[in-house]
Parts: sequence; C-alpha cells; structure tokens
Amino acid sequence: MNQTIQLADGNGGEENNKLINAIFFEAYGNDILRKNEDAAVIEEGTLAFTTDSFTISPIFFSGGDIGKISICGTCNDLAMMGAKPTYLTCAVMIEEGFAMDDLKRITASIKTELAKNGAQIVSGDTKIVPKGSVDKIFINTSGVGKIAHKGISSNNISENDVIIVSGDIGRHGAAIFANREGIDISTTLQSDCASLWPVVEKLLSGGITPTAMRDATRGGVAAVLNEWSKQSKICIEIDEVTVPICDEVKGICELLGFEAYNLANEGTFVLAVKKDQAEQALHILRAHELGQNATIIGEVTQRYTERVVLRSEYGTSRFLDLPTGELLPRIC
Amino acid sequence: MNDKLTDKDLFEGFRDPKVVGYLKEEIDKEAAKLDKPLRLMEVCGGHTHTIMKYGLNQIMPKNITFIHGPGCPVCVMPKERIDHAYILSMQPDVILVTLGDMIKVPGSNGSLQDARSKGADVRFVYSPMDTLGIAADNPKKKIIFFAIGFETTTPMTAALIKQVENLKIKNIFFHINHITVPEPMRALLADPACQIDGFIGPSHVSVITGSKIYEPFPAEYGKPVVVAGFEPVDVMQSVLMLVKQVNEGRCAVETEYTRSVTREGNTTAQNMIDHYLRKRSHFRWRGIGDIPESALELRPEFEHLDAEKIYADILPTESIDDHKLCICGDILKGLAKPNDCKVFGTACKPSSPLGSCMVSSEGACSAYYKYGNLL
Ligand code: SF4
Repeated sequence: MNQTIQLADGNGGEENNKLINAIFFEAYGNDILRKNEDAAVIEEGTLAFTTDSFTISPIFFSGGDIGKISICGTCNDLAMMGAKPTYLTCAVMIEEGFAMDDLKRITASIKTELAKNGAQIVSGDTKIVPKGSVDKIFINTSGVGKIAHKGISSNNISENDVIIVSGDIGRHGAAIFANREGIDISTTLQSDCASLWPVVEKLLSGGITPTAMRDATRGGVAAVLNEWSKQSKICIEIDEVTVPICDEVKGICELLGFEAYNLANEGTFVLAVKKDQAEQALHILRAHELGQNATIIGEVTQRYTERVVLRSEYGTSRFLDLPTGELLPRIC
Repeated sequence: MNDKLTDKDLFEGFRDPKVVGYLKEEIDKEAAKLDKPLRLMEVCGGHTHTIMKYGLNQIMPKNITFIHGPGCPVCVMPKERIDHAYILSMQPDVILVTLGDMIKVPGSNGSLQDARSKGADVRFVYSPMDTLGIAADNPKKKIIFFAIGFETTTPMTAALIKQVENLKIKNIFFHINHITVPEPMRALLADPACQIDGFIGPSHVSVITGSKIYEPFPAEYGKPVVVAGFEPVDVMQSVLMLVKQVNEGRCAVETEYTRSVTREGNTTAQNMIDHYLRKRSHFRWRGIGDIPESALELRPEFEHLDAEKIYADILPTESIDDHKLCICGDILKGLAKPNDCKVFGTACKPSSPLGSCMVSSEGACSAYYKYGNLL
C-alpha cells in the first residue's frame, strides 16, 4: 500500500476495495459489515441501515444537485436491499462564504426527494468551516428502512439468474464530466439521478423476488458485476450489443477514452432475477418512467468464476475488469 | 433521416459487425494462400487497445498473429525520466502540468499521483494550451509542462512554446519527452531474431508526419506497411491489405486511413515543430534500450525554457533498468507473448507494473491483463 491516501483510493474500484479491506475491515470489521451489501441488514432481517457522504463537484449539475443526490444515494442503498426508506439523518459541512440562496435551493431539492421516498429527516447536524476547509458543501446522510422483501443479497446469485439493467448506463458520470469540462456536444445529456424506491416497490408488489439488486454508482456497472461475480463465486457473461447506452454517453466516452461500464449512475440499477421471473420483471420495469429502457444484458455461468466476460457482436469475448485508477474526481 | 453530423458519426460505421464479418472472411481466404505464417506488428498502442478490446486477435486465422509494438508513449519512457517529473513536481515553487496518461506511471520514488498526495501541485490537462491559464492564475509559480507523446502530440507542445515566446510569458518551462515512430521500428528490425513480417502503421501520428516516413521500410528492409485508422473495421481492412501485398508479391507503403492521412502529412505542423525542437542524439526506450535520434529536445535558442537544463542539478541522469524477469523486449520483437512472462499477472500488474508493457492500457501486457485473451 502507498504511504499516503490517493484519489484513486476512492474510485469505487480496485484500489478502493483494497483500502476498505486493509484499513477499515482490518480495524473494525464484523460479520454484518463484511457482507459488503449496499445497506446493512439488522434486527433479524427487518431493518436496513446505511450511510453515504456527498462531495460532488459541481454541486448543481444537469439533472440534479448535491441535495437531490444525497437523498437519492442513501434511499437507493436502502431500496436495493428491498427496504422502504423511512428515517434519515442529514449532516452538512459548509464552507464559510457559501451563498444562502444556493443553500435554499439544495434544501428544497432535499424536501422534494424525501417526499418521493416517503421518508423524513429526523436528526441533523451543521458544521461551518473556514474557507478552504471543504469545497463549498459536503453532505452526509444516513438512513434506515423497513425491509419489505427479505433475503436480497449479492452473495446468492446463481446460474438460475439473469442480469437486468433498469435503464441506459453511464449518464451520471458522463453528465458530470461534460458539465465540468464544458463539453457541449451533449446539451441534452442529463444525470439519471433519481429515487428508486417507487420502482422497486412496484417490482416487489408485483411478485418479483429479486436475488440481488444494486445501484450502479461509483465504478459503474463494471464495479457491480465484478463485485457480484466475486461475492457469489460466479461468472457473469454480458452480451455487449444488448447493453443500453445513449448516443451522448457513447460520444463522451469516445472523446475522452472512457468505457460506459465504468461511468457512475445515480438512478440506474442492476438486478439479478430468477429466469422464470425475468419477463415479468422487465414488464414491470418498463411500465415505470425509470425503467423504460430496462433490458436483459447477460447470464450467469461458471466459465471464468469471479470474472465478468463481455461477448461482442464479432463473436469475440474479453474480460470486463474492475475500474482502476482515478476516474472522475468527486462524482458523488 | 437527420443528415446533421452527430457524435455518433465518430464511430458507428467503423464498428459494424457485418463489415468486420465480411473482412474476416476475406482475410481467411487470403490467409489460406500464404505459404508461411504472417506476423504483423501494430506499432501503435492505440491499435493494440482496439485489437484487444474488440478481440480481433481471436478472429484471425491461425497463421496470422499480431505482435504488439512499442507505441505507447508513457510505457516506453525510462524510469529515470519518470523520476524527473516526480522531482520537479516536488519543488516548492513549481506546478507540474502534464497529460493524464502520466498519472499512474511509477518511478523509483512513486508516481505523480503519490507526489500529489504528498502535497505536490500536479495538474493533468487534456490540451497543453490549458497551461497558459494555469500560468496566468499563478504568476508567482514556475509552471513546468512535462511534454510526452509521439508525433501526434508534438505539434500541440510546439504551439504552446510558440505562445510562450510570442507573449513573452516568463513562468512557463518545458521538459520535453517527445519521441518519434520510425526509429524504434528500425531498432527492432536490426535484431536478427526479430520476427516481424509487416507493420500496421499508426493513425494519428501519420496524420501529422504523412505516410512518407514509412517508405524506407519496404525499400530497405523488405517489410510492407499499411497505415490504419483506429476502429475495428480499419484494423481488419489493413490486415487484409497486408496479406494481399504478400500474396501478390508486392511490398509497399499503403494507406487504409485515407480519410485523414496523406503522403506529405501536415507540413505546417512539421515546420512549427522544426522551428522549436530538434532531434536528440539518443534517447533510452524502456524495454528496447538506447536508440539514436529517436526523440526531440528544445533547440539551443530556446534553452531558457528548458527545465531539463534549468534544473540539471537535481535531475538524475543515471539509467534505471526494469526488473530482471521482465521480457518486454522479447514481446516487442515478437519472440514472446505477455503470458510467457513468469511474473505476468502475479508480481506484475497494472497497479504495480514491473516493466513497460504493463504501464498503460496500450501496453501489450496491460491489455492482456485487462481484457484477457479468451481464445
Ligand atoms: S508482465 Fe510485466 S514484467 Fe512481464 S514482460 Fe510484461 S511488463 Fe515485463
């Protein structure tokens, strides 16, 4: 390990995992933490509990702002465990000199997003720090949710499952990058930032019993699939041609040399669903505004366990690895 | 139909599976006529990336193999020069500006990423011209542009030097590491063990230099060259052109990438480079060794901008070799494949490279590691 912390250590990929294992798990790991799920399942499987911090730059971006994303992020982690978000805490660290109007815009977004989840903030904290100590505003939210469907886990995926994405991938990462770099070939490109509980609720009440769900945030779809393949000791094989990616995201990837699989999403999630429920799950997803582009993108095999394989239209295949190195600094 | 040009037009047609499939059949037909196997070197890392990312090596007939070339500018940079970047960045009054590819490359003390976490001010830019803004915002700092790349990026560096001279900017300096393509090709061919039968020539480099720089290869060495674009269809088409040359008993420089490459290239850019930069007497290439006249430096008239001269006291010149087990040199000559290396994927990984080919995704070892070789 390096002697000092580097930006790449927070990339949601290989270096990030190393840091978590070597430092945090080493110091205070326990059975619940080591499950490495989006949210911890506690109280005999009845509650999900999670936390997330948000340092995104720019704080206002097309498709959202730091307030919206700080509610979506935490609530989505709960939703991915089949839990309805109920109570949240919210801590803000604000840099001296921050504009009051901006703060009001952010709190208004928080309010709107809470309503979509049917959740409330029940405890809060405020710290104001001298100029330069944080960049404008950092937000931490924690939340608990009532588990509506038990047993969702990224450790139980098997060859009976298929892999579904709920929509086209990479929009959040690409939008933030375009915003930051002032690339305007993509004026129509918006972050996919959205609260997922409403669509998850539809799936669960429609009788779908997902094996695993995960929102493909930092590290993108590549990170989710790689973590799943390791946690469940399976090989995930993806048919590249089926993966929905919009033209603007393709264009930005082309210009900047990214892969859409590595770009962050904030309202697109990956599901592992039993084969016999796949059609029904697609049907429910596509009927919802957040799932119109939902698609089956791959299957589970034992060909190369703990690896993800991409099958191309040319009849060739290759590994899809965990993203490494520095991706976009501060996308969430 | 909308006939406005969109970002989609950047890539769409050149990845069409139908076209790739058709070209594969044609290559198969021609390959059946070959009386000995054909080993083709793609000189440029961009092509290595395309071949591995799309798995084009997997759909080649058995008697055609790719040899992955030295064409990734950060991979072939010797460690002592990576150290220069690190040392310069650690100077208290310096902001080091460079291109993103440099960020992870480890030198003997660490990478620029390490330097930054220790407090160094390192900026990664997409365009060298961004250096002007950084210099204007930090008038009290010395801004050192650490210039890397083949002929493709050299004109941008030259354009920045021109601005600095014309505007008499006092706080921008240059550490020049620009390298050139034909010399390492010659160096590889000079080894009698070298297995290369033909070259897929670089795309972007050739836009600047023109295809004329490859004319000595058929003439002096009897090796055909086809200058190819970066997309899968380009690479397939150029393989077909090379096999046809062999079957028809021809040996020439041909251009597949006609949408951008001419024989003469961009002469305005060539002249501008020539005005500010000249050939170095020699340059050490990681994985290959010392190659005469294979890199550029500032002309003596512009010495006052040359960070290598200004900071000569603190910049080491002693060469640092790669790990003893590293076989990058053999890989580059087509004598070995990455998985023949004993430490491939174990001691040597992209996060801790022991040799040049593992440094960036354009290096052969790194591309094998990242994409696998799923035959
Ligand atoms: S795997 Fe590493 S050590 Fe081996 S040849 Fe490649 S770069 Fe060199």
